[in-house]
Amino acid sequence: MGIEGIGARVARKEDKRFITGAGRYTDDFVVPGMKFAAFVRSPHAHARIRGIDADAARQMPGVIDVLTGPEMKADGIGNIICGWMIHSKDGSPMKMGAWSPLATETVRYVGDAVAIVVAETKAQARDAAEAVEVDYEELEAVILPEKAMDPGAPQVHPEAENNLTFDWEVGDEAAVKAAFEKATHRVKLDILNNRLIPNAIEPRSAIGHYNKAEDHYTCYTTSQNPHVARLVMSAFYNVAPENKLRVIAPDVGGGFGSKIYIYPEEITCLWASKKTGVPVKWTADRSESFLTDAHARDHVTTAEIALDADHRITALRADTIANLGAYMSLFSSATPTYLYATLLSGQYEIPAIYCNVKAVYTHTCPVDAYRGAGRPEATFVVERLVETAARELGISPAELRRKNFIKSFPYQTPVIMNYDSGDFDALIDAATKAIDYDGFARRKEEAKSRGKLRGIGMSCYIEACGIAPSAAVGSLGAGVGLWESAEVRVNAVGTVEVLTGAHSHGQGHETTFAQLVCDRFGLPMDNVSIVHGDTDKVQMGMGTYGSRSGPVGMSAIVKALDKVEAKAKKIAAHILEADEGDIVIENGECKVAGTDKTVPWFQLALAAYTAHNLPGGMEPGLKEGAFYDPTNFTFPSGCYICEVEIDPETGKTEIVQFVAADDFGRVINPMIVEGQVHGGLAQGIGQALLEGAAYDRNTGQLVTGSYMDYTMPRADDLPSFQVPMTETICPGNPLGIKGCGEAGAIGSPPAVMNAITDAIGNNDLTMPATPQKVWAALNAATRH
Amino acid sequence: MYQTNYHRASSLEDAANVHAGADEAKYLLGGMTLIPAMKTRLAAPSDLIDLRHVDGLKGIRVSGREVEIGAATTHADIAQSKEIESVCPALHYMANHIGDPLVRHLGTIGGSVANNDPAQDYPAALLAVDGTIVTNKRELKADAFFTGLFETALEDDEIVTAVKFTAPERCGYEKFRNPASRYAMTGVFVAKSAGGVRVAVTGAGENGVYRAKELEEKLASNFAPSALDGATVPSSNLMSDIHASSEYRANLVVVMAKRAVAKAAG
Repeated sequence: MGIEGIGARVARKEDKRFITGAGRYTDDFVVPGMKFAAFVRSPHAHARIRGIDADAARQMPGVIDVLTGPEMKADGIGNIICGWMIHSKDGSPMKMGAWSPLATETVRYVGDAVAIVVAETKAQARDAAEAVEVDYEELEAVILPEKAMDPGAPQVHPEAENNLTFDWEVGDEAAVKAAFEKATHRVKLDILNNRLIPNAIEPRSAIGHYNKAEDHYTCYTTSQNPHVARLVMSAFYNVAPENKLRVIAPDVGGGFGSKIYIYPEEITCLWASKKTGVPVKWTADRSESFLTDAHARDHVTTAEIALDADHRITALRADTIANLGAYMSLFSSATPTYLYATLLSGQYEIPAIYCNVKAVYTHTCPVDAYRGAGRPEATFVVERLVETAARELGISPAELRRKNFIKSFPYQTPVIMNYDSGDFDALIDAATKAIDYDGFARRKEEAKSRGKLRGIGMSCYIEACGIAPSAAVGSLGAGVGLWESAEVRVNAVGTVEVLTGAHSHGQGHETTFAQLVCDRFGLPMDNVSIVHGDTDKVQMGMGTYGSRSGPVGMSAIVKALDKVEAKAKKIAAHILEADEGDIVIENGECKVAGTDKTVPWFQLALAAYTAHNLPGGMEPGLKEGAFYDPTNFTFPSGCYICEVEIDPETGKTEIVQFVAADDFGRVINPMIVEGQVHGGLAQGIGQALLEGAAYDRNTGQLVTGSYMDYTMPRADDLPSFQVPMTETICPGNPLGIKGCGEAGAIGSPPAVMNAITDAIGNNDLTMPATPQKVWAALNAATRH
Repeated sequence: MYQTNYHRASSLEDAANVHAGADEAKYLLGGMTLIPAMKTRLAAPSDLIDLRHVDGLKGIRVSGREVEIGAATTHADIAQSKEIESVCPALHYMANHIGDPLVRHLGTIGGSVANNDPAQDYPAALLAVDGTIVTNKRELKADAFFTGLFETALEDDEIVTAVKFTAPERCGYEKFRNPASRYAMTGVFVAKSAGGVRVAVTGAGENGVYRAKELEEKLASNFAPSALDGATVPSSNLMSDIHASSEYRANLVVVMAKRAVAKAAG
């Protein structure tokens, strides 16, 4: 390891521009002749559009045009699709309703786009959008997922009878039933996984630019995966053929999943640019972000576990209703199925598992993957059940977990996943030691003397990252392969550009990825640049989500580096008149091992490009590309312990200690990884204590449509985290990496809820555990 | 934001004249409520009349226990005033705990009382200390000034110029913040003076700031937290929303009152 190589805490290269306000985000780009768009949006959760009168709006100052759904349809722009096919347990394909980027006949949630106004200024576009008269016939709406399948419930799409898109199952129902019949103990919980709103700091934005002379489109957009955006817009939405569409996702200020999807606005801006003949820019305001960025989670579950007399878990079953909102977003079907139920074995040897998921439409914003995507929901089910079981059995939650841990790998679960590695005892050892688990009783007493209720809660999670191999996800219904690509270009002077199909929107790729190059060739960080986010520069890539940039994205870079190194060694051997096998590359030099014969890296690079003296038959240049397709998912795991103190008079929870012990496999930059954990914990603790999207259950208006009502975690809501790490190397990729981007958000919510329910002695509490709810639960418990 | 006309008033007379000549003018001090409402197009005044540069509207004058604070005085000014800290520590504490530093350096006491947002802090202080609101036309006691949710006795063109009060012997303020907005979800100001004990509640009442008479009675004979042991207040006139039911707010009124008394007594 060099000072800037693998394992080094290298300060983030990109932060200088971010923290000095010099980042270049989509809204910062100015295209000559650019005009501004505003969207006309539905104020109703469900209504029929009788007509749209845009005449007055078209006459307003600065207005270039007002365009609507029927015109878009007439131009052949396609419907937005879900990219993952799920089949119901009866074998029928999921029932996907039509999602037109601009609504044509019906609006299905508050915020649904109806028309686009293009004007000289943003203010003029907004004024005119308000002047567009849409004649709505208001219809009854269904808001709550648990009511969606009720007889007589309002129907969201004609294609999905009873609002049911699919009724899916995994596992062996009969085996589970048999295990429950034989069980000594059964523990059952009704579990709500609260709906969240992503709240990336940068709102979504798009510039559509059609160049008539070249018959070519450029789209600047806030995307986590610009290549997928291009592919989908070309192949399914008929915006433009791929060779005539360039998608640029420049600096992106946070995504958390919500910027994976291809939304109506970027499609509409591209189409509107061709229609109006001007480049069209749209940037969401915060209200639009609340209303239309894909929401998250929103599961209603009944789950139970069976245990034998020896406290071994013998079975688990879960029945889940997943709310998909008004339309099926890009990954919406995969999140509550293959990213959820396949993790219901947790860290435990559970012989029989069965899960049934009914995914329903409601008249709410579409719901899709968000930091963790399915795995937080699974972890919450498993870890609330296990902690509750320990309490009901009167044994230590840590001991019950240890007793049931999977101890040898690979381990085939009953729900598809094959865990490749892990050491769960090491994690629980690290976490319990860091928090002084055994000293809790003393701390609880001390807190009592101050009038506070202290509680402790544990959560042992395992999750699946990478969302690959391609053939495997393809067999499960994915519409794309989930490999990654990389190209390593060594310039003639020896500096290096790495082109990656991964996309950084806060993850620090410009630093971490560069460390791989520094480590390999002994070059300084400053000599390495990471290029991403532009379909004209990087040929193809699958983008960043599912904690895949490490295990998949960096593996592709490693493969490309292997090829560059091999060619460099051939050239060096030729120059130094040595055997290729004797060449080592370190500290910016190629040398013959055990001698003082060296050629500096920059001279070697120059030699590759002057091509005056290359080995016979070798092509000039030093540039190699690679595609990497993993052999399995990767499986990060961890043990999180949360300690809270509750003010019984107000119900306010303070997190006084939080330990997150994680096993991410090999870590490239521990500082960045710790930062990822901190951020994930903030989001997970946010879900547990603070965040919750609320719709009016009758009108479908978003009650939490601003920061006045939607509670984002703030620094003073969070403790100083302890984040010890253990390491088992992932056998599935060349670096041994498991992925770290989502773990914090996956492992923390059950730890927090287990701690609060421990403190108040009432297990009947839903997220977010606001002061009001904790106070009410505490009083309910006291009355018993 | 919709288009609006901005005027920087040079005097109160100038402000009143512009107001008289405009369609739907609004006076502007810190703008901590008005500007966000305009930005989200929830408010659309035809004219904004900025009072921040009018001479004499700013400043803190303390003489013995008599306090007068100009309407354009910012929360930060009050939060940094040694004189206020010495004669009315709870008001000093309150000013230090409004919003964040940005809000405290822009927001003003005059704007706050004129707006009478049910979650604002100052109305509780002025009601509890039996304060007086001075306008360009008259003087009004706080009891008469705060008339309802976002409503005051102010006439449409009337301008708050200052607030004044006699500092109480003892005072305390405690609030429980709304988890999302961090405004007071329930805030209680207690003040003990020769005239008796007054308890004013902000953030909780359906009609804005109000006096919790049942707590005042209990504290009149014994100004100590223990006087409120077992006390309850009715929830019938309290707000209910996703963050706090009226029952929870009723609980918070008592808990915050107790804590405020503990501070005042301490």
